[in-house]
Amino acid sequence: MTIASGSEQTQTDLVDVVVDDINVRVPKGTLVIRVAEQMGVEIPRFCDHPLLDPVAACRMCLIEIDGVPKPQPACAITVADGMKIRTQRTSPVAEKAQSGVMEFLLLNHPLDCPICDKGGECPLQNQAMSSGRGETRFEGKKRTFEKPIAISSQILLDRERCVSCARCTRFADQIAGDPMLELLERGAQQQVGVADDAPFNSYFSGNTIQICPVGALTSTLYRFRSRPFDLVSTPTTCEHCASGCSLRTDVRRGEVTRRLAWDDPEVNEEWNCDKGRFAFRYIRQDRIESPLVREDGRLRPASWPEALDIAARGLAAAQGRVGVLTGGRLTAEDAYSYAKFARVALRTDDIDFRARMASDEEAQFLAALVAGQPLGPTYADLDAASNVVLVGFEPEDESPIVLLRLRRAALKANTRVWSISASLTGGLAKMQGTWVPCQPGAEAQVMDDAQKDGSDDAFGAALRTPGAVLLVGERLAGIPGALSAAAALARNTGARLGWVPRRAGERGALDAGALSGLLPGGRPLTDPAARREVSDLWGVQADELPRYAGRRGSVPIAQSADAVIVAGVDPVDDPQGEQLMAALAGDRFVLSLETHHGPISELADVVLPVAVDAERAGTYVDWEGRSRSFGTAISGVTTVTDSRVLAMLADAMDESIGRGDVMELRAELATLGHWTGDRMSAPDVRPAPPAAGGLRLASWRLLLDLGRMQQGEPHLAGTARPTEAVMSAATAASRGLTEGSLVTVSTPDGSLTLPLRLDEVAHDTVWLPMHSPGCSIVQDLGAVPGDVVEVVPGGPR
Amino acid sequence: MPELPTAVRGFGVTFRTMFKRVVTEQYPEAAAKYPPKPRFHGRHQLNRWADGLEKCIGCELCAWACPADAIFVEGADNSEGGRFSPGERYGRVYQINYLRCIFCGLCIEACPTRALTMTNEFELADNNRTDLIFTKEDLLAPLQAGMVLPPHDMVPGFTEKDYYAGKVIGATDTGSATDTAKEST
Ligand code: SF4
Ligand code: SF4
Ligand code: SF4
Ligand code: SF4
Ligand code: FES
Repeated sequence: MTIASGSEQTQTDLVDVVVDDINVRVPKGTLVIRVAEQMGVEIPRFCDHPLLDPVAACRMCLIEIDGVPKPQPACAITVADGMKIRTQRTSPVAEKAQSGVMEFLLLNHPLDCPICDKGGECPLQNQAMSSGRGETRFEGKKRTFEKPIAISSQILLDRERCVSCARCTRFADQIAGDPMLELLERGAQQQVGVADDAPFNSYFSGNTIQICPVGALTSTLYRFRSRPFDLVSTPTTCEHCASGCSLRTDVRRGEVTRRLAWDDPEVNEEWNCDKGRFAFRYIRQDRIESPLVREDGRLRPASWPEALDIAARGLAAAQGRVGVLTGGRLTAEDAYSYAKFARVALRTDDIDFRARMASDEEAQFLAALVAGQPLGPTYADLDAASNVVLVGFEPEDESPIVLLRLRRAALKANTRVWSISASLTGGLAKMQGTWVPCQPGAEAQVMDDAQKDGSDDAFGAALRTPGAVLLVGERLAGIPGALSAAAALARNTGARLGWVPRRAGERGALDAGALSGLLPGGRPLTDPAARREVSDLWGVQADELPRYAGRRGSVPIAQSADAVIVAGVDPVDDPQGEQLMAALAGDRFVLSLETHHGPISELADVVLPVAVDAERAGTYVDWEGRSRSFGTAISGVTTVTDSRVLAMLADAMDESIGRGDVMELRAELATLGHWTGDRMSAPDVRPAPPAAGGLRLASWRLLLDLGRMQQGEPHLAGTARPTEAVMSAATAASRGLTEGSLVTVSTPDGSLTLPLRLDEVAHDTVWLPMHSPGCSIVQDLGAVPGDVVEVVPGGPR
Repeated sequence: MPELPTAVRGFGVTFRTMFKRVVTEQYPEAAAKYPPKPRFHGRHQLNRWADGLEKCIGCELCAWACPADAIFVEGADNSEGGRFSPGERYGRVYQINYLRCIFCGLCIEACPTRALTMTNEFELADNNRTDLIFTKEDLLAPLQAGMVLPPHDMVPGFTEKDYYAGKVIGATDTGSATDTAKEST
C-alpha cells in the first residue's frame, strides 16, 4: 500500500513504515497520526489540529513504536524509514496508555454534559466512550472554578471543562496573530485566561469555539439554544465581505441558530471572521413583509399584482429614462437579472452597482482589468507570492481571510507584504509587513514615483520579482489617479493585479454587467461582436440593446432619470448619499426592491419585498473571481428573489427576460462566460497635484462597525475596536495634543470629539474610523478620506 | 329427534349467558375501583424543587432519548431577576406531543435531574390535535404548600449544589422567595 498524493512523489521522498502490521509507504516527514488517518485508523486526539503546529499537550494520542521504551504522541512524531508503529488497534500498551490519559482528563472534568453546549458533538464525550473506561474510580473532590467567565462580550469560558489542549491559544497566536489567550498556572490549576485589561477582542475569536474539543469555549449568542441533533445544516457563503468564506448555516425550526466556518482549503481553509459567524440576526429584524405602494403620500400594503402593475406603469411612463442602482450586496444571479432587465425591458444603460465612493476612472479600470476576467490572482497565488503590495486596502478590516492568508504566507513561506497606507496598522504588523507611509490622497503619487526611472522605492523593486502581486482596495476609487497608477505599476513591473472590494456582491455585479458600458462577462457594450453574443442569448436584436454607454455614479443616474429602480443601496455607504436621497425624493418614480425597511424604501413609490440570502439560493463571486454558490437555509419571510420580481415586472411590461429562477440564470451566465475580445484600455488619469499644508483625514471602515447587517448583535459589537482618532506622536506634539486626551476633529460641515491614540501614522494625518459608533465621517464631518480637517485639543466648545 | 333450527339454538346461548356473572366494568362510573398500578406509564409531569423552582434544566436529553420524537425542548439562560431553576440553564420551552408518545418511559430514564417523571394519569383523549401537544404549563407539577411560583431567586445562602444535595426543603419563611428576591435587589 502506498499513500502518496499523485505519482510525482519520487522514491527518495517516500519512507517505508509498518502501522499495525500493515506496510505502507508515505512521504517523509508525515506525522504518525496523519498516516493512521489515511489508513482509516482513528487515533483519539484533542490537541492535534492539521492547521496548527503540533504541541503534544493532551497526550491522548499515545501509540507504541518498536524500540522506543514509552508510548509516544502520534500527533508530534514524524515517520522515519523502517518505523514500526502500533496503535490502540494492535497494541495493548497504547490502548492502556490512552485509557489512562482519558481517566486523568476526566478526573477534574465536571459532569456538565446536560448543560454543556458541546454535548452531542463533543470529542471528549465520544472518545470517553471509545477509549475510556465505563466507570470512574475517582473518589476525591473535583477541582472547580467559577463558571462561566466572559473572556469577551461574545466568548464565555468554562475553565472546568478545559482539557488544556492549547488549540485556542495556538489559534490565537499562530493563525489570528492576536495572542490574547494564554495557558496560565500549572498542574490541576492550569487554565486558559486573558489579561484583566485585554479581553479576547479578536476579529477571529469565534474560531476558537469551533476548534475547542470540549465545551470550554461557548458563545453568548448560541449558548443553550440548541443541540446538534436539532439542527438542519446548509452549506452557505458569507454575505458580509468579498473574502468568500464557505460557511455552514445551522437552522432550528426555521431560525438560524449559528453559523460555522466550513472547510474550503482553497479559500477560507477552516476559518472565518466573527462578523460572518455571529452577524445574522438582521435576517429577522425590520423586514418588509408585503409589497407597499404609495397612496396619498403614505405607503400602504398592497397585493403583488397591484404593486407590480403600478411599478410597471411607473417604469413604462418614464420611456427609457430609467436608472438602475443595485448596490453591492446582490448575488451574481440577481445582478445579472438587473443588467438584463435594464437593457432589454427598460432599454437603458444607466446602471451602476457602486453605491459607495466611485469614479469614472474606477469604472474604466474595472472594465479594462477586472470585469469578466478569469480567476486570479487567487489565495494560492498569495501563498506563493514573493512580494505582495497592498494599496488602499486594510485586509484585517476589509477582507479578513486575505489577512489570514498573507499572515501565514509571511510567516511560513517568506512572502513579503508591503502596505502603502496612512498608518502602520496592527494588521500589517501581524503580517510582518513593511509600511510605506503615505498621506491619504497621495497614493497615486507614491505609485507613480515608484515607476520613474532611477526610483529607489523598495516596493517597486519588490513588484518586479517573479510572482509578485499588487492588491488594490475599493477605496482607491476616491483618489484621482490612484487606479490609473496601479494599473500602470502592475503593467510596468509584471506584477499580477487584484482588486479587492468590500461587499460580497461587487465582483459578481461587475462580472454580470451591472455597470454602464459593460455587458455580462466583461463585454464592452459598444463592441459589435460582444453585442451579438449577448443579444443572441437574450433573444433580442443587437440594435435593440442600448447603443451608447450610459451614465455612471448613483447621483448622476438618479438625477437624470424619470424613474429609478433601487435595490440594496444604503445611502450611508455613499459619500454623496445626501444628494442621492435628495434626487430620489424629487419628482421621479422610485421603485425599491428591498429586504429591510430603510431610508430608501421610506421614500419609494412602490416597495417590493425580496428574500435575504439565507432564504434563497444564489452565488457570490469573491475578490479572486471565484464563484461561491450557496443553497437555501430557511424559508423565512419570503422566497421571492430580485430576479423573480424582475421577471414578473418584465411580464407586466409585456417584455420577457425569462423566469428569473436561479438555475436558469446560472446557465445563462455560464453560456456567456468570459469575454476574450478587446477591452477598454486602462484609465490614464494623472494624480492630483500634491495639496499644500493642512492635516489630512485617513479613514476606512472597521470590520465591526455600524453596518446594517450587524444590527441586533450587542455581544458582537462589544468586541469591536474602540472609536478613536489616531495620529503620529510628532504630528500630535506639533499641535499640542496628547495621548488619551479628547480631541475635536472638524471640517466646515461639522465636528467630532473622540479620544486620541498615538501610533505610527503618516505625518500630518489623522485616522478616524469611517462609520463606527460616535464617528461617521460622511454624516458627521461631510468628509471623505484625503480631505483636509482641523484637529484641536478638548471637547466641543 | 329433529334438530332445532340453528337460529333458535343461537338464542339459547344468549339466554344462558343472561344468568352468568357480568365481567364488564362500567367506565367511567366504576373507574375508581381499578386504579392503575403505581408504576403505570401515564402522562408526564415536570417536577419542582421544594421552593417551587423548576427541576428541568432544558438539556434536551429527554428529547434525544425519545424514540417517537415526541418531545420538544428549548433551553435558555437563567438571568438575574429571571430565575426559573437553580444553576445556569432552564427549559424555556417544553412540549410533549401525546399524538406521538408511546409511553415507553425512556425520557424519564434520560432525565439527569429527575425533572421528568410519569404520573398515572391515562385519560388523554381529545377531539383535536393541537390540544394534545402539552406545553410546559400543562406539564409542570402544581405548586405544593411552601412553594413559590418562579421566577424567583434561589433560597439565600444556597447554591444549585445544595438543591441537588436535597438541602432545600422549602421557600424561606421570611415571606416568599419572591420577596427575598426583591429585597436582595
Ligand atoms: S465538554 Fe463534552 S464531556 Fe465535557 S461537559 Fe461538555 S459535553 Fe460533556
Ligand atoms: S479552552 Fe478548549 S481549546 Fe482552549 S485549551 Fe481548553 S480545551 Fe483546548
Ligand atoms: S414516554 Fe417514550 S415516547 Fe413518550 S415522550 Fe417519553 S420517550 Fe418519548
Ligand atoms: S425534562 Fe429532564 S431531560 Fe428533559 S430537558 Fe428537562 S432536565 Fe433535561
Ligand atoms: S493529540 Fe497528540 S498529544 Fe494531543
